[in-house]
Amino acid sequence: MTSEPLLSVRDLRVEFSTSAGVVTAVDGASFDVRRGETVALLGESGSGKSVTAQAMLGIIPKPAGRVTGGSIEYDGRDLLALPATATRELRGREIAMVFQDPLSSLNPVFRVGAQIGEMFRKHRGASRKEARAEALELMRRVGIPAAEKRLDDYPHQFSGGMRQRVMIAMALALSPRLLIADEPTTALDVTVQAQIMDLLARLQDEEGMSLVLITHDLGVVADVADRVVLMYAGRVVEAGPIREVYEHSAHPYTAGLMGSLPAIDGPRERLTPIQGAPPDLLDLPSGCSFRPRCAFASERCADEEPVLLGAPGRPAPHSSACHHAGKVLTDAP
Amino acid sequence: MPPETTPLLQVRDLHTTFPLRSALLRRTVGHVQAVAGVSFDIPAGGTLGLVGESGSGKSTVARTIVGLEKCAAGSILFEGEDLTSLPPARMRQVRRQLQMIFQDPYASLNPRATVEQIITEAWEIHPDVVPRDRFKPEVRELLERVGLNPDHAARYPHQFSGGQRQRIGIARALALRPKLVICDEAVSALDVSVQAQVLNLLAELREDLGLAYLFIAHDLSVVRHISDQVAVMYLGRIVETASQQELFAEPVHPYTQALLSAVPDPLPWARPPRTPIIIGGDVPSPADPPSGCRFRTRCWKAQDVCATEDPALEPRLGLHPAACHFAERRTELVVG
Amino acid sequence: MTSTDLDLTTTAVPRPATSTRGRAGSARIRFGLAVIIVYVVAAAIGPWLVRFDPVATRTQDRLKPPGSRLSDGSLAILGTDQVGQDLLAQMLQGARISIAVGLATLLLAGTIGVTVGLAAGYFGGWLDSVLMRLADIQLAFPSILLAIFIAALLGPSVVNVVIVLAVSNWVTFARVTRGQALTTRRREFVDASRTLGAGTWRLIRRCVLPACIAPVLVVATVEIGHVILAEASLSFLGLGTPASTPSWGVTIANGRNYLADAWWISTVPGIALAFLVVSLGVLGDALRDRYDPRLRSL
Ligand SMILES: Nc1ncnc2c1ncn2[C@@H]1O[C@H](COP(=O)(O)OP(=O)(O)OP(=O)(O)O)[C@@H](O)[C@H]1O
Ligand SMILES: Nc1ncnc2c1ncn2[C@@H]1O[C@H](COP(=O)(O)OP(=O)(O)OP(=O)(O)O)[C@@H](O)[C@H]1O
Ligand SMILES: [Mg+2]
Ligand SMILES: [Mg+2]
Repeated sequence: MTSEPLLSVRDLRVEFSTSAGVVTAVDGASFDVRRGETVALLGESGSGKSVTAQAMLGIIPKPAGRVTGGSIEYDGRDLLALPATATRELRGREIAMVFQDPLSSLNPVFRVGAQIGEMFRKHRGASRKEARAEALELMRRVGIPAAEKRLDDYPHQFSGGMRQRVMIAMALALSPRLLIADEPTTALDVTVQAQIMDLLARLQDEEGMSLVLITHDLGVVADVADRVVLMYAGRVVEAGPIREVYEHSAHPYTAGLMGSLPAIDGPRERLTPIQGAPPDLLDLPSGCSFRPRCAFASERCADEEPVLLGAPGRPAPHSSACHHAGKVLTDAP
Repeated sequence: MPPETTPLLQVRDLHTTFPLRSALLRRTVGHVQAVAGVSFDIPAGGTLGLVGESGSGKSTVARTIVGLEKCAAGSILFEGEDLTSLPPARMRQVRRQLQMIFQDPYASLNPRATVEQIITEAWEIHPDVVPRDRFKPEVRELLERVGLNPDHAARYPHQFSGGQRQRIGIARALALRPKLVICDEAVSALDVSVQAQVLNLLAELREDLGLAYLFIAHDLSVVRHISDQVAVMYLGRIVETASQQELFAEPVHPYTQALLSAVPDPLPWARPPRTPIIIGGDVPSPADPPSGCRFRTRCWKAQDVCATEDPALEPRLGLHPAACHFAERRTELVVG
Repeated sequence: MTSTDLDLTTTAVPRPATSTRGRAGSARIRFGLAVIIVYVVAAAIGPWLVRFDPVATRTQDRLKPPGSRLSDGSLAILGTDQVGQDLLAQMLQGARISIAVGLATLLLAGTIGVTVGLAAGYFGGWLDSVLMRLADIQLAFPSILLAIFIAALLGPSVVNVVIVLAVSNWVTFARVTRGQALTTRRREFVDASRTLGAGTWRLIRRCVLPACIAPVLVVATVEIGHVILAEASLSFLGLGTPASTPSWGVTIANGRNYLADAWWISTVPGIALAFLVVSLGVLGDALRDRYDPRLRSL
């Protein structure tokens, strides 16, 4: 692992114009992904994780969405400044993505084998037969049982978890250098999940692949991620090495997240979700967007938007965007 | 343990198969036994958690119970009436007490219908439940019940967040006043804090309305949190079933043990390191299951007898039912 | 499986929850609509303003070029034909017939096509195979031959033209509807309705059909141009509307023999026809881009 980042996102802003007004889905997010590293993107539903990933791949749905600021540097080149043909070339070959929604990302009227093989035909100019063989190999690698029999099945004949594996197979087809995986294991049982995460880890070891992992599963993150970036309402609210952030949460949102988890052992108690409703991006409160749901909120939080700063009293790469980070740290159970 | 009265739902030796067609002529060339002999009970007001390998047939069990797939053999008794042999009219009456909450909060709501239309559809189909002039107030009541703003009844699904949509799905399932609600990965797509809210809602509904749940999920912490009983499926069969406490504390089937050992721990640093049991090998295809014990091809304890003799799901080691010739008690898997 | 012309969308991005549709092609849509409104208004009120009498002949006013004064002192803006009929009046009358035939054909072809497509896509299995084979056969048979055959059998009349054209145009509707039904019936919300106890008829009407409307409308807009053109061709060949009904095709055919000394008889309705068809095509394409980018390869 070298320290020079493969991907560097700086002050990224993405806006969507909707019928109700302009939504700032990503609002000044910055983070790095180094070679061979796994960075987890955590955050509430609607906090801009998928949009950030779409921006990295240059596939923000147009014309509703627009990148209105910042830069995304990949291997020394600013992806946002590259012509569309160049990003398309990068996508698929070097940067691949596993989409969040396996059912709607697979075409229901084409056979699964053909859909995977299409990657090889499109990018490598492989023949139909070669593509089929490669597709078969990949399906085996992601652990689809009786792969040769299932090549000619349609997506609806697969269980949810198997569809997810097909999506992963398609993303891994061209041995990318950066894999962006949006909830890759949500529909999988824990043993298959462990298997897939294992496969990804092996690829990282063998080929130095970097991984951006978007997920809601705090357990998976603890297992595989090196660093974690937490987003709330389009902003990065906390970032740092995984154990640091989990054990010494310096933002009330992170602390709330940890508190919402049902435990695998110990007594069963009523869960304590974060109070209140997710933020309305069209009508964000002044100052800190988490303020209406926060037990620590003070007047300062309404007046002054907190910026991402080193967490007080914690080692360097740990940062938090909270005026009361110190108090959050000491109050934690 | 369930009381002496008949359970709300009794599933006996359920089989569901899908035809396997040849690619060219679409002729049926075989059968996928997606569910191959599953039995369980759910008492009124109880919750059975169903976990297991992806592709093991959990969704198919759920879909067969609510009538979305055809049952090939076995019986599904709801309050003593067999759903597989009821006349159609009676079937509609019975089936409506069995509702389902789907996994995908995006795909499971008709994008062209308002929340009100989505909920009232049930009453249009069964006009005896709520008279037409009561639609509006009843919709409001339901929305309030699931924690949504009743003034949003005229909105479309895309105007809601994932968690809110799942609440719409819950409201729809509650519209027919069911006694049993099947949750197929109903909280899997939600983020942790919304998931906690929905889980709390489900628990509240269970207390207030006496609902029973069949709760399917991959997240074992969630299953442990909500279930009374837990059943573990592998390749179309239940391999182990026990009360929640016992299953998590003393699993005896190797597959269950592997499953529990692989649960990702959000705070792994706080405990002594665990060694997950990695089960190697390929998952066999349900079209061509192994002889004898279905797990034997991947089991580290497998012996010759496992290939010849199908282990019965019966109490083992004086504990709970498990389908393994070499059941062994292990207690260290979850608690580090 | 039957051939489907949709392209592989393996790298498609799932449409996000709150996507606002891009206002793709607004200018083209406005242009197309404006042209069509002009034609429809002209067809609706034109024949009242400029009287047309199909049996009148005025030999002294034969073959007058556009802009001529006629014997009764009126101005023939577009000239007259070989029997002295005012061309403008004839065209306005013809617009009525062309547009009416177009709409009636679409209605009939659409009804047949959507019904077949729904049945094939929703029920699948052998029904799907049979219906789609039928569609393939229909496509393989040259439609003009079929038209000649049917017209010869039934004789020329407006109703028969509609039948002929509908028979040769339903397949596109069936294809599009089938594709849409096929994907929609597997959506989870359809299962959800089924769990509530909804019957087949209700599922088709409430879940599947609404999803087909937008693509079918798009197809209809593209097809209506073809249909109007086909009606003109049939009439030109003498197989369409009877000669006493002055559809554009009939007028163009009549002018054929006078091309050398009275070019306007065929040319003016020809241009009017071409302009309408092109505008409909533009509108159809724009609607297609806006509502269903996947149809582009059809
Ligand atoms: N095409 C679009 N048009 C309008 N708004 C959009 C679009 N795509 C995303 N958004 C908005 O941008 C915000 C961020 O969305 P995003 O999909 O990134 O969330 P997320 O963090 O990935 O959530 P989840 O965990 O649910 O996947 C949301 O409020 C969403 O409504
Ligand atoms: N319509 C179908 N046609 C053919 N096979 C099917 C069909 N639906 C499901 N199957 C097969 O039945 C088996 C069980 O699928 P099911 O969806 O019930 O699994 P599951 O336990 O819910 O898995 P997951 O956890 O991944 O959702 C799988 O092997 C699947 O491929
Ligand atoms: Mg997302
Ligand atoms: Mg499932």
